[in-house]
Amino acid sequence: MQVGSSYLGEPIARVEDPRLLTGGGRYLDDLGQDAVELAVLRSPHAHARILDIDVSGAIDVPGLLAIYTYDDLSGPLAEPLPLLIPHPSISAGRTQYVLAKDEVNYVGEAIAVVVAENRYLAEDAAERIEVSYELLPPVVGLVAAREAQQLVHRDVEGNVAAHFVQQVGDAAAAIAAAPHRLSLELSVERSASTPLEGRGVLARWDTDSQRLRVWTSTQTATGVRAAIAARLGLDLGSVEVITPDVGGGFGVKIVHPWPEEVLVPMAARALGRAVKFTEDRREHFISSAHERAQLHEVEVGFDDEGHLLGLSVRFWHDNGAYLPYGLIVPIITSTQLLGPYKPAAYRVEFESLYTNTVIVTPYRGAGRPQGVFAMERTMDAIAAELGIDRAEVRARNFIQPEEMPYDHGLIFQDGRPLVYDSGDFPATLDKLKALVGWDEWPAYQAQARASGRKVGLGLACYVEGTGVGPYEGGHVQIETTGKVKVSTGLTSQGQGHQTAFAQIVADELGVAISDIEVVTGDTRRFPYAVGTFASRAAVMSGSAIALAARAARAKILRVAADALEAAAEDLEIVDGMVRVKGAPGNEIALGTVAVLSNPLRYAFDEASKAATQFAVGDPDLPPVAEDDEPGLEGKDYYSPLRSTFANGMHAVIVETDPDTAEVAILRYCVVHDCGTLINPRIVEGQIHGGVAQGVAGALYERMAYDESGQLQNASFMDFLMPYVSEVPERIEIDHLETRSPLNPLGIKGAGEAGVIPGAAVFASAISDAEGFQITAMPISPSELFELRRQHAANAAQKGTQP
Amino acid sequence: MKPPAFDYSRPETLEEAVGLLAELSSGGKVLAGGQSLLPILSMRLAAPEHLVDINRIAELDTISAGPDGVRLGALARHAAVERDPAVRSTQPLIPAALRQVAHPTIRNRGTTLGSIVHADPSGEMPAVLALLGGSVTAVSARGRRTISAAEFFLGPLESALGPDEIAVEAYFPALAVRSGTAFAEVSRRHGDYAVCGVAALVSVDQERRITSARAGYLSIASTPLVLDLTEAVLGRRCADDLSAAGRLARQLVEPDADIHASADYRRDLAGVLSDRVITEAARAAAGSGPGD
Ligand SMILES: Cc1cc2nc3c(=O)[nH]c(=O)nc-3n(C[C@H](O)[C@H](O)[C@H](O)COP(=O)(O)OP(=O)(O)OC[C@H]3O[C@@H](n4cnc5c(N)ncnc54)[C@H](O)[C@@H]3O)c2cc1C
Repeated sequence: MQVGSSYLGEPIARVEDPRLLTGGGRYLDDLGQDAVELAVLRSPHAHARILDIDVSGAIDVPGLLAIYTYDDLSGPLAEPLPLLIPHPSISAGRTQYVLAKDEVNYVGEAIAVVVAENRYLAEDAAERIEVSYELLPPVVGLVAAREAQQLVHRDVEGNVAAHFVQQVGDAAAAIAAAPHRLSLELSVERSASTPLEGRGVLARWDTDSQRLRVWTSTQTATGVRAAIAARLGLDLGSVEVITPDVGGGFGVKIVHPWPEEVLVPMAARALGRAVKFTEDRREHFISSAHERAQLHEVEVGFDDEGHLLGLSVRFWHDNGAYLPYGLIVPIITSTQLLGPYKPAAYRVEFESLYTNTVIVTPYRGAGRPQGVFAMERTMDAIAAELGIDRAEVRARNFIQPEEMPYDHGLIFQDGRPLVYDSGDFPATLDKLKALVGWDEWPAYQAQARASGRKVGLGLACYVEGTGVGPYEGGHVQIETTGKVKVSTGLTSQGQGHQTAFAQIVADELGVAISDIEVVTGDTRRFPYAVGTFASRAAVMSGSAIALAARAARAKILRVAADALEAAAEDLEIVDGMVRVKGAPGNEIALGTVAVLSNPLRYAFDEASKAATQFAVGDPDLPPVAEDDEPGLEGKDYYSPLRSTFANGMHAVIVETDPDTAEVAILRYCVVHDCGTLINPRIVEGQIHGGVAQGVAGALYERMAYDESGQLQNASFMDFLMPYVSEVPERIEIDHLETRSPLNPLGIKGAGEAGVIPGAAVFASAISDAEGFQITAMPISPSELFELRRQHAANAAQKGTQP
Repeated sequence: MKPPAFDYSRPETLEEAVGLLAELSSGGKVLAGGQSLLPILSMRLAAPEHLVDINRIAELDTISAGPDGVRLGALARHAAVERDPAVRSTQPLIPAALRQVAHPTIRNRGTTLGSIVHADPSGEMPAVLALLGGSVTAVSARGRRTISAAEFFLGPLESALGPDEIAVEAYFPALAVRSGTAFAEVSRRHGDYAVCGVAALVSVDQERRITSARAGYLSIASTPLVLDLTEAVLGRRCADDLSAAGRLARQLVEPDADIHASADYRRDLAGVLSDRVITEAARAAAGSGPGD
């Protein structure tokens, strides 16, 4: 470790917070106060043919500027939106048009857009557009999709978008031969990312330079830029995309381009006006993206000790009306379901099915919550079957630290082998057991039961592939003021990147955090990037920025060595000064090094005189050497061989009300291993937020579609995102830091961890409290009440049987 | 989610306001705290021509509590009523129920009378008014009239108030001697409209035996439902088993299912919560009489 390393690993306060907490944030809707606004006419039907669109009633609305329907689109704009991540097993990939062409496939699908002087008038006009429909039978829910009595897309048989199988060993034979066998049916319902800020786009077309500048609330500025350029037929160089402050993403904003991200720039160019679209809450519910709905059938064979001999999982994934994001979610379920375990044989098979509901794309956790639910419910069932402690059954199946790197023999979501790089699962479990008081639990529970209370302890383990490729880059520049400007192309949605990335650079360069400015998600500053998803920002951009800072440091030392007439190896950088080790006073400020790095003809200020032609340089050499560049900067990219795998284990203690069936959380414990902690405070914040979403998915949130495909709870009144009062007041956290060998800092991602075991750990705890197994999540008090009655009736029936 | 255009007036006197509403016939709509009305406008579920904002009418900003009961003017905000000591001692059921109305920020702005006029069958205050046998006084250009709670609530979001009328006062009878009240509800999240809520009013005799037990229910029927549960617990004391109250309530309610609760779960909650509030109200009644 280098001298002066002091920021990495420190729980320093986030540098972005004073600004955000005092109302200084600039979100999309804060921008473009002069812009005219766009509103979208959306389908009120889940499945219908469009017979006619009559805009005549809207034409005389005051302030109306334009109305567009599919017929107004041409060229690439009239093509279906891209299938972003193709996969060989997709047999019928369908994506929507930016504006519906002939048919709508979910309530909320965009049919027409209206641009008017403001949003009020735009909505007035949109309301007056008359669309005639021929209603088609809707397919809602996985059961209907699987039965395929009705089809979402006429030409997609069985509603099957894709069918995929992976296996290692002969699971069926292993299960058949196993001394014990169990089958389980497990289901998880739809939920959604639900960031507080919805989607939003602002575009300005500069008629003089024929250039487009777009601000969008996205998780991928470069992706949106490329998409807009392609759709509008512009050179990449003529399009700039800037990400302002983003009020949360959680996955939904990685999808791109959204129809509005294309339509707003299109209208801005056509009208020569700044145009803005700010999505409202209802629109977000019915026209962005959801996730999670899956049905799973698990077959497992195990020995007397609970070792997994064969595991076979079949599941059905509800991908909604279209498939823009490919199979990422079900592929993650199918691979990450394995968690820390090593079944002797494994087979997984899934079908991704179309339904007449909102599209499905990754939401924080991205298929893992379902997979972990399936696996962990199975572990609890094995423990119950054999009468073995639940933690013990898990421990017996763990991959051991000495088996790392561990190759599962499967292909992961990035198209690369599923190889765990690191982790110490037994140590993680030991820490969790100690934290929650696992061994004291039976006594506590017995005591509580004796006084009429129902309490339960749940446990769930997961492994999370983080930091998927292909790459990210970083740029570090030292200005002549000594300030350091850092940029990376991926975007920020509140994760604290400004702080975490500055911590990395501060250590690499020996400068104070306050002298570092970090810019993300601005294609003017860094045009090559992928995006912020899959818990990848710290791993990918963190690594790239570290490498870029190292390159900058090398140049600093080279230039300073010349100036100080010392060898580069003898120099160190402390507090923004480059100095000769052990020679006090023999030093030069970073800013001066920056001046010297850029040979000048003109002195623009006192300091810059030092770099002018009569001051420096060997007259026999070119001022800038052949293999050098002017300026003091470093740029580098990080592109890993494959993902790095974080892991964690959660425990929760719940109490269920014997009368009202309400579920109270008494304790929530987390042990988490994301390798090197750049900033423990930020990691804990990520865990807190994740746990809140885990609680949400387990106990509160669901998408309540009726049979006709209407979303009945498309507002925060009925979509029960938990308030602070529903989230555990205290989340007890312990860390383990097994470094990743795959990147320069040993980092693994931490962004999604908190949410992943949510459904599993609550199902485990409620089952423990109630004495029967919970097999479907989320669970409401009403559902728990009904389950109690059902199990009481079953028990009574059994009791009366001879 | 932007409302269609509407006209807006902010009269300074009640006279002006009712005059305006009379002129507008059915095109006018009273704006009080706006906590229910503005979301309705933004979602374009209603499109009144003209909003008559009553927030500047000083004479409506009153809270008074006397021996006969509590009187709330149209600008009495939930939060102010909840914290008023005279209200609390005159009719403790009012603050007990108000604490369950929405979240503090909404209670700061929303009016208690507004929530009664809004007549949401899931609202706490309509159920309280109905249980206590209170009334609403309305003023229009046609004159002034007082409508009993029993006649005020006509259906979900539908009251007996005419489009030209302004509700100027809600009246809640005071708590009688040897009587007690209690309130309980189950909601999915803190501050949400309840899945089921129950308010109770219990009276006892000098021997502290129950002489009357009534309960008001929210989120159970299309208007606030008041049940007389006296027969189930008549003559019992608060320390006795009062679960017959809940059993009777379970028989009498006919709730609907929605996305948050099955009908049977709601029915069971009505029973569970009836037991809880009848017991608590009986305890309060027993502790409140003279001679303690
Ligand atoms: C997030 C949220 C949660 C909520 N939760 C609850 C809850 O749990 N329980 C609950 O009871 N309420 C709840 N509310 C509603 C809240 O209590 C409102 O304050 C109340 O329903 C209406 O009062 P207001 O003064 O805001 O009326 P407004 O919104 O101004 O008006 C509501 C209706 O009443 C009419 N009106 C109002 N005052 C008068 C008057 N004096 N004369 C004639 N007509 C009048 C209006 O014309 C309108 O039709 C919630 C609201 C929100 C936004």
